Amino acid sequence: MTRQPVRFYQVGSFAVGNRLLNDEDRTVQSSPNRTNSIDSGHRACQGCGEVLGARYALDAAMRATNGQLVAVNATGCLEVFSTPYPETSWRIAWLHSLFGNAPAVATGVAAAMRVKGKSEVRVVAQAGDGGTVDIGFGCLSGMFERNDDVLFICYDNEGYMNTGVQRSGATPPAARTATTVAAGPEPGNVFGQGKDLPRIAMAHDIPYVATATVADLHDLEQKVERAMEIHGARYLHVLVPCPLGWGSASDETIHIARLAKETGLFPVFAAEHGRVTSVSPIRHRTPVEEYLKLQRRYAHLFGSSPRPDIVARLQEIADENIARYGLVTEEAGESVASEVRT
Amino acid sequence: MLRQIEGSRAVAETVALCRPEVVCAYPISPQTHIIEAVGAMVKAGLLSPCEFINVESEFAAMSVSIGSSAAGARTYTATSSQGLLFMIEAVYNAAGLGLPIVMTLANRAIGAPINIWNDHSDAMAVRDSGWIQLFAETNQEAADLHVQAFRLAEELSVPVMVCMDGFILTHAVEGVDMLDQSVVDGFLPPYEPRQVLDPNDPVSIGAMVGPEAFEEVRYLAHLRQMDALERIPAIAQEFEELTGHASGGLVRSYRTEDADTIVVALGSVLGTIKDAVDVRRQAGERVGVVGITSFRPFPGEAVREALSGASRIIVLEKAFSIGFGGVLATDVALVVQGSNAKVFSVVAGLGGRAITRRSLEDLLAQSVRGELNPLTFLDLDQAAVDRERARMASTRRSGPSAENLLRDLGSDYAASKAQT
Repeated sequence: MTRQPVRFYQVGSFAVGNRLLNDEDRTVQSSPNRTNSIDSGHRACQGCGEVLGARYALDAAMRATNGQLVAVNATGCLEVFSTPYPETSWRIAWLHSLFGNAPAVATGVAAAMRVKGKSEVRVVAQAGDGGTVDIGFGCLSGMFERNDDVLFICYDNEGYMNTGVQRSGATPPAARTATTVAAGPEPGNVFGQGKDLPRIAMAHDIPYVATATVADLHDLEQKVERAMEIHGARYLHVLVPCPLGWGSASDETIHIARLAKETGLFPVFAAEHGRVTSVSPIRHRTPVEEYLKLQRRYAHLFGSSPRPDIVARLQEIADENIARYGLVTEEAGESVASEVRT
Repeated sequence: MLRQIEGSRAVAETVALCRPEVVCAYPISPQTHIIEAVGAMVKAGLLSPCEFINVESEFAAMSVSIGSSAAGARTYTATSSQGLLFMIEAVYNAAGLGLPIVMTLANRAIGAPINIWNDHSDAMAVRDSGWIQLFAETNQEAADLHVQAFRLAEELSVPVMVCMDGFILTHAVEGVDMLDQSVVDGFLPPYEPRQVLDPNDPVSIGAMVGPEAFEEVRYLAHLRQMDALERIPAIAQEFEELTGHASGGLVRSYRTEDADTIVVALGSVLGTIKDAVDVRRQAGERVGVVGITSFRPFPGEAVREALSGASRIIVLEKAFSIGFGGVLATDVALVVQGSNAKVFSVVAGLGGRAITRRSLEDLLAQSVRGELNPLTFLDLDQAAVDRERARMASTRRSGPSAENLLRDLGSDYAASKAQT
């Protein structure tokens, strides 16, 4: 699957509405025949990145499997806001068991479908970053290692938002959370900790690992579609800004997700069998300040007693990502017209 | 067909006859022989279609079981001791979701101190989880209970745990009348789930439930266990008519007709107790035994009736609630309240300590003489305990008690060797 992004003369941008695209290139979300896997009436916060990501991903997975899909959900925001008894927003077969066991539960569902002769039924497991990198990590690594036929999607909002914004193993350095307060000589979360789960997933040599953000719907949907073409353990890590936990405006979710990618703080790429096969290049290289300043969780780095030293360390992390994945293919800041994704 | 067979093997082959579709487990002694044998049968293609999944922990084993059961597959697993505790969150979850998983619990003590031998601490730790808990007295019963367990679990949509004493049963080779496939097929219809993950008829399973309905959901689970009190004896009777095996049921009495002293217990120790009762009967004492097969649901009425003639009830159990006393004894005392019977709690056989017929005879004699304490630890080495208490009193940093006791007993042993 190769996609050749083009700059649309009509809008002078790579990003366009579906109306300028051929039918086959239009998003699943733009189709009136989409599933609406998560229906309206759920209780997600305004501007929630997670519910956007989940809706895009599951509707795409539903289309890719002709509706033959079961979703397994870890405990967390997504589970809580979607199923306050006796209501449910799920219009697909959906099972929630525990916080830390979604990958294993999904393995069980997939095994049952095989023995029941229903191998056309595919399984998606989903969790937030806490349910993925921390409490669910043992089960996830086991599922990867066995190469079970499960697509696991992590909606990463970089903390335990459902319990009131505490630090997780995916919380970035310097970010303020309820358990890494903005106090002391090194305010916020410490440097040098945390797990880079996409790379850990790649180290399991599973057939497919990809990252995405809710800022690029085409990319997210296409990665889900690609994942559903493959059998075995697959991992999709989606950055989903959280207005509540990040202290950002609810209408800035997409913008912040885009800046995460454009700064290099969140590399967007795909890998098959442990090798990177494509990256989404940075189009407008942006200093990390522009990303950080939109979020109150980084407010202690600016204002009356700014910490440019800490901002510089965060810039170093972005620069390392850019170097590791080759996110800037031409001169920094230049538009990249010839990007090719495989 | 009667075969000389290891208990684990008998259970594994009987589970295979139940046509499980997903089997998932993690190794832990003394459960491993069961899972190895089932795994070998799946690998050889003898159970097709069946998936055997090796996982990274017991927590994952029960979680995989939750997924496969919710997707409509007959699901089996087995564990022991620490393994049960490691999966305990998922154990509660399986019951809360009403998934008819069958699990063998090869009963083993819980550490620290680490100990691989038999007692019932593990089963008692999940007493309130919502699982049905059936205790096998013999390997014949352990094997048979698995067939009944699948039937019961799937009828009621409740998970069932078959408890069998680790090593004492799992590793004992004895005669077991193994069932034929056709008999099991006639007794156990294919699994027809009450709720299932089906993309063509999608439901949400595992929704969040707040105070407005949580109590009702829990009470419904209780009612299903009360239904089980009716179904357990009915299923056992049907099983007996089909196989001639008197396995399962709620409670079983032995020589209680005129007994004024009755011993109540769970599991394989019942055999030894019966031997002790036979001896005391010869001495003219009116003693009997009541074995409880169904610990959860607790058959209060059946227990009360079985104990109705007794004035002394000795509840002998391989577990206790530290800081209080017997667990089973508490249940028994509650159901016989209002009668004139006095309930004695005897804790015995912890961590695999042998419960000998001689000790039980002494216990019965003590009881008849009216010398039994309300809470007794059978064959406790009181002197060793006293010495450790003295060490703790004399030195602040007295060190780890378990190691102190071992050293103490080791020097005792060395001294006794030196004398002989």
